[in-house]
Amino acid sequence: MTDMSAANGRHPMTGNELSGEAAGGMERHDYDVVVVGAGGAGLRAAIAAHEAGARTAIVCKSLLGKAHTVMAEGGIAAAMGNRWPEDNWEVHFRDTMRGGKMLNNWRMAQLHAQEAPERVQELEDWGALFDRTDDGLISQRDFGGHKYARLAHVGDRTGLEMIRTLQQRAVALGIDVFMECTVTDVFRDGDKVAGAFAYWRESGRFIVFDAPSVILATGGIGKSFKVTSNSWEYTGDGHALAMRAGASLINMEFVQFHPTGMVWPPSVKGLLVTESVRGDGGILKNSEGKRFMFDYIPEFFRAETADTVEEADAWYDDKKNNRRPPELLPRDEVARAINSEIKAGRGTPHGGIYLDIASRRTPEFIRKRLPSMYHQFKELADVDITAEPMEIGPTCHYVMGGVEVDADTQESAVTGLYAVGECSGGMHGSNRLGGNSLGDLLVFGKRAGEHASTYAASLAGARPRVDEADVRAAQASALAPFEVEGGENPYTIQSDLQQSMNDLVGIIRTRAELEESLDAIEVFKQRAATMVVEGHRQYNPGWHLALDLRNMLIVSECIARAALAREESRGGHTRDDFPGPDPEWGTKNLVVNLNEAGTGVDLHEKPLPEMPEELKGYFA
Amino acid sequence: MSYVLKLRIWRGDKDGGEVKDYPVEVSEGEVVLDAIHRVQGTQAGDLAVRWNCKAGKCGSCSAEVNGRPRLMCMCRLSDFAEDETITVTPMRTFPVIRDLVTDVSFNYEKAKQLPSAQLGPRDPDGKRRMAQVDVERGQEFRKCIECFLCQDVCHVVRDHEDNKESFAGPRFFLRYAELDMHPLDTHDRRELAQGAAGLGMCNITKCCTEVCPEGIKITDNAIIPMKERVVDKKFDPLVWLGDKIGLRNKDNEGRTEP
Amino acid sequence: MPTTDRGVTSPGRARIEERTLRRDRWWLQPLATFVVFSGFVVFATIRAFMGRDYYAEPYLSPFYSPCLGDCVEGASDFGQPFGWWPLSAALLILVFPLGFRMTCYYYRKAYYRAFWLSPPACAVAEPHGSYSGESRLPLLLQNAHRYFWYAAVLVGLVLTYDVLLAFRPMPGRYAVGDGETSGVHMGLGTLLMLANVVLIWLYTLSCHSCRHVVGGRLRHFSKHPVRYRLWTWVSRLNTSHGRWAWYSLFSVAVVDFYIFLLATGTIQDLRFF
Repeated sequence: MTDMSAANGRHPMTGNELSGEAAGGMERHDYDVVVVGAGGAGLRAAIAAHEAGARTAIVCKSLLGKAHTVMAEGGIAAAMGNRWPEDNWEVHFRDTMRGGKMLNNWRMAQLHAQEAPERVQELEDWGALFDRTDDGLISQRDFGGHKYARLAHVGDRTGLEMIRTLQQRAVALGIDVFMECTVTDVFRDGDKVAGAFAYWRESGRFIVFDAPSVILATGGIGKSFKVTSNSWEYTGDGHALAMRAGASLINMEFVQFHPTGMVWPPSVKGLLVTESVRGDGGILKNSEGKRFMFDYIPEFFRAETADTVEEADAWYDDKKNNRRPPELLPRDEVARAINSEIKAGRGTPHGGIYLDIASRRTPEFIRKRLPSMYHQFKELADVDITAEPMEIGPTCHYVMGGVEVDADTQESAVTGLYAVGECSGGMHGSNRLGGNSLGDLLVFGKRAGEHASTYAASLAGARPRVDEADVRAAQASALAPFEVEGGENPYTIQSDLQQSMNDLVGIIRTRAELEESLDAIEVFKQRAATMVVEGHRQYNPGWHLALDLRNMLIVSECIARAALAREESRGGHTRDDFPGPDPEWGTKNLVVNLNEAGTGVDLHEKPLPEMPEELKGYFA
Repeated sequence: MSYVLKLRIWRGDKDGGEVKDYPVEVSEGEVVLDAIHRVQGTQAGDLAVRWNCKAGKCGSCSAEVNGRPRLMCMCRLSDFAEDETITVTPMRTFPVIRDLVTDVSFNYEKAKQLPSAQLGPRDPDGKRRMAQVDVERGQEFRKCIECFLCQDVCHVVRDHEDNKESFAGPRFFLRYAELDMHPLDTHDRRELAQGAAGLGMCNITKCCTEVCPEGIKITDNAIIPMKERVVDKKFDPLVWLGDKIGLRNKDNEGRTEP
Repeated sequence: MPTTDRGVTSPGRARIEERTLRRDRWWLQPLATFVVFSGFVVFATIRAFMGRDYYAEPYLSPFYSPCLGDCVEGASDFGQPFGWWPLSAALLILVFPLGFRMTCYYYRKAYYRAFWLSPPACAVAEPHGSYSGESRLPLLLQNAHRYFWYAAVLVGLVLTYDVLLAFRPMPGRYAVGDGETSGVHMGLGTLLMLANVVLIWLYTLSCHSCRHVVGGRLRHFSKHPVRYRLWTWVSRLNTSHGRWAWYSLFSVAVVDFYIFLLATGTIQDLRFF
């Protein structure tokens, strides 16, 4: 393996170098803005930074276009008013805040509601082909928690359309992409970002990025849980990178369990079943055939939810004179209801409940509106959803918590460090409405890209510099798993962590279990300190997992610690020992930081930003 | 309902490699990727394999299962007999990096060479109007998850390394077709499809359609219509004559070469 | 069969010696195609060059329709403008359906696979050292398919007319009773010709070029509702284009052979009324 020359052997597009040899030294690249992650948020941020004149690089763990955004199915929430002219940003803002149980950062919710429509139109300018209304406008569909049909969509593969459009735009602009490349550290010079440290997954070679702006767009943390709709990439990298760089996280106790994940076959347990199934008429039934959601309408949403089957069914065609079916309550409510039904012994043979659209819509309608769901069940479970009900159950789907950022710029507490999308926190409060994540990616991706670019330009010659000692430390840290002998393999630790988080920090939580989980995490940390990796650095998934596992552990601790502290139930955080919401807790966020020693997390409370009077009026 | 699967996996890199046996315990409802993961977790921690969503939506886990290009996550073990040996190899059209992982940058280079959508100005109210029937053909092609199995199976490049230079492959013919059928795009891409992308190299033997995990009718709905559009432009004297005497297809008006 | 080192065994690719690892019977389909097509070609060549036994009143073999050369009495419904042609009249007309089928997108797939092994089956390495597809002469001429389609429509019309004629009364030697001159007749030959012409039309109208011409070339279906409807209809037929190609190939051969048997007096037509 000596024939590849380090400099010339690199691929012109991917920049990837195929040699397994580490001796070639370290690659070094200089950029204005480095975006970590190439999902919707990362791509949109990179496009914005590039268009604002910054020399921009995208660094992503997978191939370009494979990010988790492709899994988003339902649509992009944007008050364009194409189906309901009554819809506008104020209604959307109100829905978002109420869905988040008022714990959202009001400014982010406001910006999101105001700017989402233009961001969607932009995708169309770049070649996206949304489904149309009869007037030829972008069609919008119903979703849980949204007052009007608001989700711009393409069948049930909206995320794919979005990522492909952004990817094609980024390629057309000629933005540099570092694919299959993992960032393991963010460098600082004083209190400012100086760059980032990364390795090529293919070759194991290291890279130093000199860049004054780093945008984290790494997505979520779902892989810390056993039953999840998230892919292997969701190891909380951005969360952990930000913490190690000195930024803080907020709202980490709020983890969204999507009510409808597949429960069978075991190999796909947790795989998402889109909310559009319910938006398009699907209902939930228990093993006794009862449409049980009517029993679970919370006081908070009683006024706007139908309490009879007749009214619920009439709503699909006449939204003005009927209230929403209870199946379309926000996700946290539905997930809890399903959980209760299963616990009460009214579950299906495979431990889920029934989601039935077959008896309510024609096969043609189902195939047209939900083609990938049809495909997914047919191929993976041998179930024809046009003829029989699906078996589904809650699955870990999204973390509302993330890096604490400024609402307008998405900058964290560390100058030059930005976070967007799922790895940022605040926008969704304690519970995210379906469809709001795709809008979040676009709106704040663009803002972060622009601000990161402006900041980089403002530095002129006075850029922060990467300290060589930090580089050596980062390298040593990345190679540490190869140095150990006789320890455990990372797959075992990961799988034990996932089981533990699922059992102890899952959808319903108690003090005792949370305390137990924190103890367990301490043990995992010790086991991880001595884990061992076989083979060498070239495309070695064992090594990659070992590095990701550190992030998963720290993020898991954040979740458990914040969950233990918040003694109430709200949105994506349900405490069996504190079943209801507590107005006192409704006024504050929980903030976590890396502790002084860097071995654990510190937690403190912080008052919620105060909403201006004119916005308060919407909730009177 | 578990049994020991006779699994064989190609291990190696660009300097060589071989198919090795990895008997592994599997159970009901599992797919090939589950078996690979179990091997990774218990027998070969450094076994290189690409995957992401494990739901047939991202197109990462492309490989060849018993010689057929497949997504490993959509390849159910129940489709094979329990005593059948399953051999998994990397895609054979692209350079191998390690084990089941190949260097698919060919596809990313080809993507770069393709001019992207160029729409005209929006309507006065800031929105765009397109009819559902006009976007439906393009929507079929945009279902593509870029697993590159069509590129892998296409004999034009699979069996002829030297054609990679001049041939973009089925995935990008889809893209040309999508853009050429886009109701608001302002470019005429027929010349490019025939020239730069090498549409004429395709002899429509339809393997791309056979392997597409999204069931896109690549040949019938994209490649052949594109070939026919090229004929309109380059090989049909009647259309040429019609152009000269003003009987042109008005549907194409206002489009320019990119 | 050895492959070149420019294919799956190129440097850099995963080192696997087998030209395919497929274990199913992938060779069955190309083999079947090869045998059937070859059989048809032999049969059609013999019949086309025979120049006789193609007409058994009121039935005219599709290989000889329209019969424009020096044809037997009653066979030429469109005159004999090529009466001077010394060879079989079939040769004058067969070039059109033959060209239509040779340039057909379905047949191309089938014979590229079965006859040229390019490729023999999916993910099975082909034996050729180089490949330029349809980008050069002579294969560049495949692009003329739509012209053969225009011709095939005319041939289809003629064959349809032949079917109408096949309902004629039979004054000649096949008459039942004595010298019937009016009324309608139907025999097994009529039925076979009818089935044949239906299949020929299904094949002709499901053609990819037809699909393009009726509407596929448009960028705005919404502005051309009639053509959109036609396109939708042709598209539906088009999904089975390969099936119609095979069925109509068989039906043409069967009709011709049946008429051959009648014309040589080997059998008598089965008459229904």
